[in-house]
Amino acid sequence: MEVALALIVGLLVACSIYLMLSRNVLRFIFGLVLLSNSANLTIFTAGRLTRAEPPLIPTGMPAPPELVANALPQALILTAIVIGFGLFAFSLSLVFRTYRELGTLNSDAMRLAEPRTDGKDVVDDSKTQRGEAS
Amino acid sequence: MNSLILNAATRILVALMLLFSVFMLLRGHNEPGGGFIGGLVAAIGLTLYAIGHGTREARRALRADPRAIAMVGLALAILAAALAVIGGDSFFTGQWLFIGGSEGEKGLPISSVLLFDIGVYLVVIGAVLAIVFALEDEV
Amino acid sequence: MSWLLVAPIMLPISFAILVFLVREKGGWGRWLSVVGCVLHLAVSVALLVEVWNQGVIASQMGGWPAPFGITLVADLFSAVMVLIAAITGLAVSVYALADIDRRRELLGYHALFQCLLAGVCGAFLTGDLFNLYVWFEVMVIASFGLLVLGGDKEQLDGGVKYVTLNLISTVLFLAAIGMLYGVTGTLNMADLHTAVGEVENQGVVVMIAVLFMIAFGIKSAVFPLFFWLPAAYHTPPVAVSAVFAGLLTKVGVYALIRVFTLIFTQDVDYTHSILLVVAAFTMLTGVLGAAAQTEFRKILSFHIISQIGYMVLGLALYTPLALIGAVFYLVHHIVVKANLFLVSGVARRMTGTESLAGSGGLYAASPLLAVLFFIPAFSLAGFPPLSGFWAKYLLVKASLDIGDYVIAAIALITGILTVFSMTKIWAAVFWKPHPETNGSGVVRLPRQEWLSLVLPIGFLASLTLIIGFFPEPFYVFAERAAGQLLDPSAYVAAVAGAD
Repeated sequence: MEVALALIVGLLVACSIYLMLSRNVLRFIFGLVLLSNSANLTIFTAGRLTRAEPPLIPTGMPAPPELVANALPQALILTAIVIGFGLFAFSLSLVFRTYRELGTLNSDAMRLAEPRTDGKDVVDDSKTQRGEAS
Repeated sequence: MNSLILNAATRILVALMLLFSVFMLLRGHNEPGGGFIGGLVAAIGLTLYAIGHGTREARRALRADPRAIAMVGLALAILAAALAVIGGDSFFTGQWLFIGGSEGEKGLPISSVLLFDIGVYLVVIGAVLAIVFALEDEV
Repeated sequence: MSWLLVAPIMLPISFAILVFLVREKGGWGRWLSVVGCVLHLAVSVALLVEVWNQGVIASQMGGWPAPFGITLVADLFSAVMVLIAAITGLAVSVYALADIDRRRELLGYHALFQCLLAGVCGAFLTGDLFNLYVWFEVMVIASFGLLVLGGDKEQLDGGVKYVTLNLISTVLFLAAIGMLYGVTGTLNMADLHTAVGEVENQGVVVMIAVLFMIAFGIKSAVFPLFFWLPAAYHTPPVAVSAVFAGLLTKVGVYALIRVFTLIFTQDVDYTHSILLVVAAFTMLTGVLGAAAQTEFRKILSFHIISQIGYMVLGLALYTPLALIGAVFYLVHHIVVKANLFLVSGVARRMTGTESLAGSGGLYAASPLLAVLFFIPAFSLAGFPPLSGFWAKYLLVKASLDIGDYVIAAIALITGILTVFSMTKIWAAVFWKPHPETNGSGVVRLPRQEWLSLVLPIGFLASLTLIIGFFPEPFYVFAERAAGQLLDPSAYVAAVAGAD
């Protein structure tokens, strides 16, 4: 099971890096989401996969009676998912605002903050690129 | 979105989901559930309302600014955590009050843990709705 | 002593709530923000005094014993970072009285600013790796908000790059935490200090260490990972970029120093040699990048990078003297760098532009401002007897002591090139006459605005002077802080015995 999950993590990272290499910022964000999910799966796998009872303590007992699953990785993942959700929502609305204000999603064409000094204009080829949000 | 079915359904669904969210919040004390899940359920209900009737209507129904709700929730959570300092324990330690309790009888337990959970509930509702409304307004 | 550890985090959060709720009530929000920063400074001083007298103090949240619960720890290094963050916060909050427009106030500038302070202090005080991640996120989300607040086109452009690259760093950090938990079974930093040494497969530990290095490297903007910084730091209002410049990257450096002195000290030859190469390139590329820039804040942004190189150098050499230098450098640098950004804001207000070619004549208009620029600028460059001289002296001496002449030479060359940049600004902005010769070139600011802009600058500049003229107590302090870093037994004992 660990091997299968490790392979899935690898696959997710590969896909996310492919997406993140794109000049289209939206694709980059999607890549980031995949990457953060693969990080969550990494924690899950690293916390050992055991077939056991849920870590609940019955009434009147000081400790769980038998072997229980490790709850800590899941608590960590839950926190990470919540934070990731907030960050993703923020970056999505940021990208949307940027698209409306600057009219492009091509990161090469976003040169407002750092204008070129050699006088050459960047050709906005995002329109011809696949995956341009319309 | 202008859909008669959704419009009619949300009126009942929102009320049900809000009620269910409070149930989840209180149940979380000893069983699976809690402020986080409850807050999400409530937020989903109100999001449904926003989709059915538009964000302006949803904001009006909510009455308060969602960010202010989140801030009040955060304040409650901090208060719950700080109560422990008054009791002489380290920060975040749960403080318990057993109303009407006697030997062997717990009575009605009221704790700072519950207050913290309510804080979490409000923070989740406020934060999720702030994000959802902002996105709905933009798109 | 629990409340002393919690207060520097909870005070800013409480004030964030307060200022958010009163943001529509005229000027209440901004003054409450200043009050919050004053209180924050007071508890930070109390914390530092307590740590100086009592040694390392620790507290377990919720009374759960270590390593199961979340620990807050303050050793001298943490405490002084909290104090310096509070000082910067106070200076910037006063500056913001005049610098932040009403529109940004209504959007919640002051609340985000307080959240940022809470995140920074939380990151300094936590003793748990996952909790460190959470505080990083608090800080990062607040900084995202501050950076694009107001939504100018330039801000959005810089914001996209800042946000995306920082998100990669947080994901890497998270993955590294997961793997470290997988091999050691704990995330308490004091516990990891011993647990990491007991791992059978040390190769995995080194791999995880490098992953942490990359994650914190992006945060602290070291050599191949710094591109987000010059893309974004010159776009928001000055009151935002000053606190970014002073604090954000330094939290990354703090995390690097903490992790690579407390946890990953098994294979120093390998990890710290990487850091040494990184430090050398960071110093050089930063300062060369600055030489190519023609705008006030862009030059300063590149100088942040080169200065980060010095701090990483102190960690990479990993000798007592070098770590003293690193601690000294951090303290001196935060004060100086935030101050320079504040000066750049006043300069822009008076000359109407940030470009070096378009401004000028400030020396004639305000000799006071010129002096207040001169102090941090030449402290940054390392002129004796200003604070930067002592910091650089310690680091260069530390590298000469272990016979690494190349890195010492690079540090000195970087210093000389910094002088070049600072004289460039001095000549263009202060000395040469303003290009618009019809007399309307330099604007005089109204008295109240002038006061709230220049008071914090003067405050920070006098701190620089104090560190410069009386380095002895600061050196003794840094010596003790570095001693605690090199020998974490007090830290580990404090966490184990905390309640």
